Amino acid sequence: MSALTGTRIVEIANERLAYAGKMMGDMGAEVILVEGPAGDPSRGHPPFLEDDPSEQESLYWWHYNTSKRAVVLDLERPAAREAFKKLIETADMLIESEAPGRLASLGLDYDELSKVKPDLIHISMTPFGRETSRKDEPVVDLTILAGGGPVWSCGYDDHSIPPIRGGGNQGYQTGCHYAVLSALTAIFHHGVTGEGQFVDVSMHAAANITTEMSSYFYLIAGETVVRQTGRHAMPMMTMPVQIRCQDGRYATTGMPPRSPKGFGDLYDWLDEMGLVSELPEAFFLDKARHRESIGFADIGVDDEVTAIYSAAREAIALICQNSTADDFFNGAQALGITVGAVLSPEEAYENPHFVARGYQVEVEHPELGRSVRYPGAPYQLPASPWRISRRAPRLGEHDEEILGELGYDADARKELC
Amino acid sequence: MTASPLASRHGSATPNGTALGSIRICDFTGQLAGAGATKWLAAFGAEVIRIEDPVNHGLWDVLRNMAPFPDERRGPDFGGGFNNHNVEKRGITLNLRTDRGKEILAEIIQKSDVVSENFAAGVLDRWGFGWDRLQSIREDIIYVSNCGFGHTGPYAAYKTWGPIVQAMSGLTFTSGLPDQEPAGWGYSYMDHTGGMYMALAMLFALLHKQRTGEGQWVDLSCTEAGLSLNGPAILDWTVNQRPSRRADRPEGNRSASPPMAPHGIFECRGDDDWVSIACRNDADWAVLAGLIDVGWAKEARWKTLAGRLEGQDELEAKLSAWTRSQDKFDIQRRVIAAGVPSAAVQKPAERIDHDPGTSEFGLWPEVEHRKMGPLRVDGLPAHFSKTDWKIERGGPCVGQDTDEVLGSLLGYDADELAKLHEEGVI
Repeated sequence: MSALTGTRIVEIANERLAYAGKMMGDMGAEVILVEGPAGDPSRGHPPFLEDDPSEQESLYWWHYNTSKRAVVLDLERPAAREAFKKLIETADMLIESEAPGRLASLGLDYDELSKVKPDLIHISMTPFGRETSRKDEPVVDLTILAGGGPVWSCGYDDHSIPPIRGGGNQGYQTGCHYAVLSALTAIFHHGVTGEGQFVDVSMHAAANITTEMSSYFYLIAGETVVRQTGRHAMPMMTMPVQIRCQDGRYATTGMPPRSPKGFGDLYDWLDEMGLVSELPEAFFLDKARHRESIGFADIGVDDEVTAIYSAAREAIALICQNSTADDFFNGAQALGITVGAVLSPEEAYENPHFVARGYQVEVEHPELGRSVRYPGAPYQLPASPWRISRRAPRLGEHDEEILGELGYDADARKELC
Repeated sequence: MTASPLASRHGSATPNGTALGSIRICDFTGQLAGAGATKWLAAFGAEVIRIEDPVNHGLWDVLRNMAPFPDERRGPDFGGGFNNHNVEKRGITLNLRTDRGKEILAEIIQKSDVVSENFAAGVLDRWGFGWDRLQSIREDIIYVSNCGFGHTGPYAAYKTWGPIVQAMSGLTFTSGLPDQEPAGWGYSYMDHTGGMYMALAMLFALLHKQRTGEGQWVDLSCTEAGLSLNGPAILDWTVNQRPSRRADRPEGNRSASPPMAPHGIFECRGDDDWVSIACRNDADWAVLAGLIDVGWAKEARWKTLAGRLEGQDELEAKLSAWTRSQDKFDIQRRVIAAGVPSAAVQKPAERIDHDPGTSEFGLWPEVEHRKMGPLRVDGLPAHFSKTDWKIERGGPCVGQDTDEVLGSLLGYDADELAKLHEEGVI
């Protein structure tokens, strides 16, 4: 049994929203995906199984629609709208990302649906929310992140290069995170009071409050951060932190040591690698290990402390340039220096740490006669585990069992799509 | 959905019409990755009690005295970021080096539904409040820990902050241009998002408890949460053995899934002004070509997606030449009016003070901070018809609510509190 076992969620298919349904389905909810007769367009998004688009086996679709069953309802048809209402009667929640006004025009908005299911929870996640004057503007992930703030902070020191959108549809996914937080909060309230409600989630608002210092430097101090390569956008340009390693990968160097011993350890590492002679300032690191303390706040005040930190930065850079990213990462972390290797998604996925924690999971694809390795649990709840209960559904795969349960036989189902 | 043990335990519906008013959280979180999680729950009415160290003035959370500051005052009660992430919470100080402090902490845990922290792995355990102890204090306690790599596995002892999590989870790599070093994320995307996953974990665990009465320990690894944000790229690897580390990746501002062109960010008139434009299909392009209304845009080779993808470099260069002399908001207005996605790359002032998409949503509430006075903060991006969030109270000053919480929750009287202050326990 998982946290949402026994909760039935109806999801109207939309690529923006798909991750929200997956997140709840993977935590035990029974998610029923409603698609039009042509199927959701994201069934056609690359990449494809064996790069073959003709079978419509989209890996994008596979990922975002695990743990769901699918039913086709052409909501333009009155009979399908009736069936949709019957489905809602059996459900606890509706999640959708329809254009504001569409459900009302179909007679399927919260006002109507709460008549047939008074304690329904209805989560609407739209680009600008249901009520703002921008609600009808067309968007894609890129424009949500550009208009919503994240893009302003991302890119390179060289400002002739455009600001960059981080990859992977993070604008959609951020909206989904807030849609699921909303859904769980509303379910908890329902569990206490028996009451349902309507929730209006704005993806633009979600992007806006997911920008860290960009927002609060302006809100508090009226300051504007500017983008910098591989590090935080700040009101001023700061020192670079990203270094190319011997194997061509990059590492991010982060924080220097914090204790006298830490600086001494750094000297010893430099020495082991035979690099002391390349850094005359290494002398300061050796000296540092004999000090009582070294305070970050003394940089620029105490000349020796300033020299120690400067030498530490150069030592870390030198070691980094002369190591593989992996060796640098492990070596520095073993000394308590907080650094990271810039891994590609598949390198991270195959990394022994995540493998050891059981992040890789197998999902059965019976028609392929094999299972496929998927991304695993973003959170491990031992008493109510995350689990992919089934591969993503094919178009109309569950028409018979779901619509049959509502009393539609084969003939009656023809009226619905 | 079944009846709630929590409701019956508290003997009434949620206080004040809030969604989460029946929940109490004993909260050690700090910075954004932790404090961001309990901000959500506090805004929906949960009683979040921050436990901080009186000896170092709560400065484990370094944001307490970090910029931005609203005025010239400095110190642990003046960090703007801390205030932003800790609205609607209470703050108490408790010296956990003392036995008495540990006893009082146990009393608070006994009355809490959740214990939350984002220390490095093992810190709470070393203080004597590991999972076994928490359970012995309260059998149905929920414990949510959030650290970079989790409490198990080869990297359990390693330390992280947002940019390290982003680097190790593939997110830094996927943000950049194919012929450049990674651009990464210009902020701690995974502190925000790690905080969201922490809040999600708390809510899932609370729902499980609501239905079964059972608590649990959620060992959240922020990096695993980040890794989960690269789904299709990971499947392309496990299914087709195609790595992301290849010539045409990362894709910068282009879009391969779904394939779109043009799909990019283009320079405009002004100081570091840019506009994003995306043509989702041939019809979008036809509309945009009509707006551009010069010879090149009408060439037949741009009419199909295949043609636009093949000539993408040239297409982007020509489009840039069109945008460069124009105002970014003018372009946004005209392209949107024609039905094609476009958005100016908004600077903070533009999206916060001049954008109806945020102001009409009420996204920047003003709170009252006890020392800093009225300040605007990030609101939340959802409105509930019956139990909406409320953000009015500023982040707590160090120890601000100690006497009140110990008095009302644990029943300490004024004399006892005075003694605890005197002994350096609180």
